[in-house]
Amino acid sequence: MKRVYAREEVCAGCKLCEVHCAVAHSAYPQDIVKAFLRQKVKPIARVLVEENRPISFALQCRHCDEAPCTKACITGAMQKDPLTGVVTNEETRCVGCWTCILSCPFGAIKRDETGRKVAAKCDLCSSAGTLPVCVQHCPNDALVFAEEPGWRR
Amino acid sequence: MPISLSTPNFLIDRNRERCINCQVCVRQCAFEAHSWDAEDERVVTDDLKCVACHRCVTFCPTHALSIRRFPLEFRENANWTANAIKAIYKQAETGGILLTGMGNDQPYPIYWDHLLLNASQVTNPSIDPLREPMELKTFLGRKPDTLRFRGGKLAEKLPPQLELEVPVMFSAMSFGSISLNAIKSLARAAADMGTFYNTGEGGLHRELYQYGEHTIVQVASGRFGVHPEYLAQGAAIEIKIGQGAKPGIGGHLPGEKVGAEVSRTRMIPEGTDAISPAPHHDIYSIEDLRQLIYSLKEATRYEKPVSVKIAAVHNVAAIASGIARAGADIIAIDGFRGGTGAAPLRTRDNVGIPIELALAAVDSRLREEGIRSQVSLVIGGSIRNSADVVKAIALGADAVYIGTAALISLGCHLCQKCNTGKCNWGIATQDPNLVKRLNPDIGAERAANLLRAWEHEIKELLGGMGINALESLRGNRLMLRGVGLSDRDLNILGVKAAGE
Repeated sequence: MKRVYAREEVCAGCKLCEVHCAVAHSAYPQDIVKAFLRQKVKPIARVLVEENRPISFALQCRHCDEAPCTKACITGAMQKDPLTGVVTNEETRCVGCWTCILSCPFGAIKRDETGRKVAAKCDLCSSAGTLPVCVQHCPNDALVFAEEPGWRR
Repeated sequence: MPISLSTPNFLIDRNRERCINCQVCVRQCAFEAHSWDAEDERVVTDDLKCVACHRCVTFCPTHALSIRRFPLEFRENANWTANAIKAIYKQAETGGILLTGMGNDQPYPIYWDHLLLNASQVTNPSIDPLREPMELKTFLGRKPDTLRFRGGKLAEKLPPQLELEVPVMFSAMSFGSISLNAIKSLARAAADMGTFYNTGEGGLHRELYQYGEHTIVQVASGRFGVHPEYLAQGAAIEIKIGQGAKPGIGGHLPGEKVGAEVSRTRMIPEGTDAISPAPHHDIYSIEDLRQLIYSLKEATRYEKPVSVKIAAVHNVAAIASGIARAGADIIAIDGFRGGTGAAPLRTRDNVGIPIELALAAVDSRLREEGIRSQVSLVIGGSIRNSADVVKAIALGADAVYIGTAALISLGCHLCQKCNTGKCNWGIATQDPNLVKRLNPDIGAERAANLLRAWEHEIKELLGGMGINALESLRGNRLMLRGVGLSDRDLNILGVKAAGE
């Protein structure tokens, strides 16, 4: 399956991926200013730039083949789509027990306490049907959406 | 501490209605003009630190930022301009030489903008480059006076030539003055487009050996990174005597920029200043230059053309004649607008002459002496677009070097802070945090695109003149007319006035 791969050597650490991810998963996915300024609480990004300068790279859910979070989930909210391979959290069923967070080997799941407690994670922007927004907005091609790592422009 | 008299040059205008406090600007500014106020939870700015490189403006996801001239006015004075006053404040504070980066920014006349090209009308047909073949191929190197044939084949070997698909090369910029990613971008673009890039005085990094066929290796007064393998790798060798931005001045790469890779490539200890002397201490005459030219030819078995690069100065025509007679295959002349990674401000802005006049003078002199075919002429020093290239070739150049234009294609915004090593665009820096901002894949594509675009435009301009090969335009000054120039200027340029 296609995943988002980071090219650490050209990551500028600007965190525009985080900004645009937060917007895409906010109440105003089309309006970045409203997404940040209208909502009382800041929207949450599902991608995180890991940094130990000069090293930096964006990390999001790896959509593991054997995803431990789906096994750990106590309500069955966390599911791996058998067709697309995308791991998503059905937030209406999520009870915010954070077991998935404990089990994730990458630390890629975040706590979303902006409303009802739920686990927030990357869904590869599956609803949009296009490139994940983090990849779309990376100004330096440091994120690529590909079948294999090592893909170059 | 006495108060500093420096005031901001630029004003950072932040539209608070659009700023989302995402801090992208904070993370991107190496000059620390933006910072995060944790108590008020908002981004704040310090105008004094802004250099107008536009990195933050380009990266701001909500277009909340713009940079303007700081609206502080001195009392109007045509003689004591704000720059003149501020320079004195700075020197009174530091007691030092004023340093700057990039080329001369003073309002001297730009002769390219006073030269106009011809086009065909009625009496000779113009050519449509989309329908008919158009030849831009250029060979740089010594051309024999006569050719002898035996049995339908050339009887003698031609002197070594550089073969260019487009008459534009990337000029000398060293590893040290610019980042390895910037050089990789230019090297790949040169290879893609069938032209050459130049190592400058920084030696050749191992990772660049694969582009050797498209590399001109430079030998300058500091001899940094020069060894037999280095010479063997290049397609041509260039002896650097001078540079347009700072004629008569050597180079100085501060120790902070000499990291492990630069140190290994230049063959100097890590952290030490790399100082190139002002002259070559083994070249005090044309005869001495001849010795170095032939030493380098000998060392490379006469297989590579040797170029000599000089700055355009007052006696450039006589000097060029001497260089041709010393055995150089190519003469590169750099005009006073040429860029640099660092130069004393007063030198940059006051020394040397315009490349247009230098080129015309050299080409005329070499023709008069009957030695023009012995050398190729490459000129640089602020070639800004394809029309400048075409005008340069009509004035007598064989090809041009672009440095500043190439860097602009990689993202340079001409903020003139190369000397600080804090280039926010990842170009003129060795800071690993900043270097990775320039993705060589993107850089190579952009630099190659620039050449591709210029190639199309050059063909378009040639076609308009009814010329289908660049060779037919070379030194064809009848294709040029001067506008708004004095008789003296026209005379030196060897060009008629518009209407004549």
